[in-house]
Amino acid sequence: MLNIALPKGRLGERVYAMFEKAGFACPSIRENNRKLIFENEECGVRYFWVKPSDVAIYVERGAADIGVAGKDILLEYQPDVYELLDLHTGVCRMAVAAMAGFRDDVRRRLRVATKFAGIAEQHYASLGREIDIIHLNGSIEIAPILGLSDVIVDIVETGTTLRENNLEVVETIVDISARLIANKANFKFKNEPIERLVASLSAQIEENR
Amino acid sequence: MMPAAGTLKYDERAVSRLRALYGRYGYSQYRMRKFEEYDLYVRNKSFLISDHIITFTEPSGKLMALKPDVTLSIVKNSKDTPGYVQKVYYKENVYRVDQDSGSFKEITQVGLECVGDIDTYSICEVLLLAVESLREISDAFVLDISHLGIVSAVLEGAGVAEEHRAAILRCLGEKNAHGVAALCAAAGVDAGHTASIVKLVTTYGEPQQVLSALEELPLCDSGRAALSELRSVLAVLEGEAPAGSIRIDFSVINDMNYYNGIVFRGFLEGIPSGILSGGQYDNLMKKMGKSSGAIGFAVYPDLLESLSMPQKEYDIDVVLLYGEGSDLSAVRRAVRTITATGKSVTAQKSLPGKIKYRQLCRLTESGVETVEEHA
Repeated sequence: MLNIALPKGRLGERVYAMFEKAGFACPSIRENNRKLIFENEECGVRYFWVKPSDVAIYVERGAADIGVAGKDILLEYQPDVYELLDLHTGVCRMAVAAMAGFRDDVRRRLRVATKFAGIAEQHYASLGREIDIIHLNGSIEIAPILGLSDVIVDIVETGTTLRENNLEVVETIVDISARLIANKANFKFKNEPIERLVASLSAQIEENR
Repeated sequence: MMPAAGTLKYDERAVSRLRALYGRYGYSQYRMRKFEEYDLYVRNKSFLISDHIITFTEPSGKLMALKPDVTLSIVKNSKDTPGYVQKVYYKENVYRVDQDSGSFKEITQVGLECVGDIDTYSICEVLLLAVESLREISDAFVLDISHLGIVSAVLEGAGVAEEHRAAILRCLGEKNAHGVAALCAAAGVDAGHTASIVKLVTTYGEPQQVLSALEELPLCDSGRAALSELRSVLAVLEGEAPAGSIRIDFSVINDMNYYNGIVFRGFLEGIPSGILSGGQYDNLMKKMGKSSGAIGFAVYPDLLESLSMPQKEYDIDVVLLYGEGSDLSAVRRAVRTITATGKSVTAQKSLPGKIKYRQLCRLTESGVETVEEHA
């Protein structure tokens, strides 16, 4: 039985469609109910919906053999997993944003509000810039407006929220998309179905490019 | 007296078997102090898995550390003797920071080290013992073997600059072919050499298949020598392990500042991370002023706790209740009679809460009476 952790939400649904096409269907998952675990013995597959930021934990700890996680989560938490494929979906970018017209005053520490402290820390360390991290869990865009921070480091998809709040992207740190990840040990012991899935997903990605 | 296997936990049984195994191959036990001078670890900080160390000051004022690692202590005390290989095994507790909780954890480590005039036989023996170690614990195992000499030769042949190496190696460790391709493009590596590096990511599995695929790689002399060493070692290992349990896999990446040559990692079905890790670390020896070579591995028996073990049906076989006025000798006699039948017993004045027992007995003036019994 191949255990697959999918991120709850639109991305998870899009990715499930790819898995279904790859021969790992589980029709009960499309039923509109509150169940979290779905199994199809015939195809030897069990899916579970988990919070997107938790997928990597399920996979790293082996509760799931494989899963789909955003590159942002992988960069932030650096789980010890295999990253087998870039699924080229859930595409966005991790960016530094600030109030329109912002100029960095390099004489003082830069105050950075973010949910992604690890990524922000690493980015500014590579630039040799001293920063003060302000860890927030949501509505990051408010921080520079209220003067809590100079800049924010966050995921930008269309940029609409930024524009509506008079913010703009200062620089892109890294491009983000959904990745297929696998538990390192389970990859050895369930190699055949995982390889079969990877081959089919790769073909689908190529087809759509 | 050795405790009966049934009374030992899975990890305790494994430790006892591994010690016996290493002893049979002439490895002597290396005992060490719980702490070492802090200086040893500071000089080799990047060799350590966790760079946080518990330190304290001795009355003499010397700064000491609780061991975060065993290998460094063994290497420090080794002597270069031509033609001789010091073979030791150890069972020690080390102290490292747990990545998830951020707090210190005591971890049991069992392992062996071969230090001295290392030749291909020594490498084969250590790998064979790695296979045997895994087999002592479970039949469902995989040993992934890589050769850093091949990885290094491919990267050098591609002209990958030092500043890009760490990121490319990280992707190799993640089997991240798309990441390697992107990094190579950013580092200006040409398409042919990028394909060679990607091949290291995508080529893994049965040794014979992988070895023939590796023949196509454009390797320099040192890379060819590494490939030939890998081939010789795998030829010796052939037939020593069940089919499919030994694989070549270049995602086994150990720090090249310390490790060179063959590196390996062992996995058991049901345990989510590698339980055995090792390799040849001549570079560490050099850094520590030694001219000899060294190879070894460590097994982490604590990880066996994640193997599903059957839930114990009962906490204890017999609860023996006695009263305030009971004759103490009679209590002792009753306990002895029950333990003599091989049953476990706890003597109590009242029934302990939440305990699951097979039999409840009461000591009365006429002897031991059974009050309750579960089949």
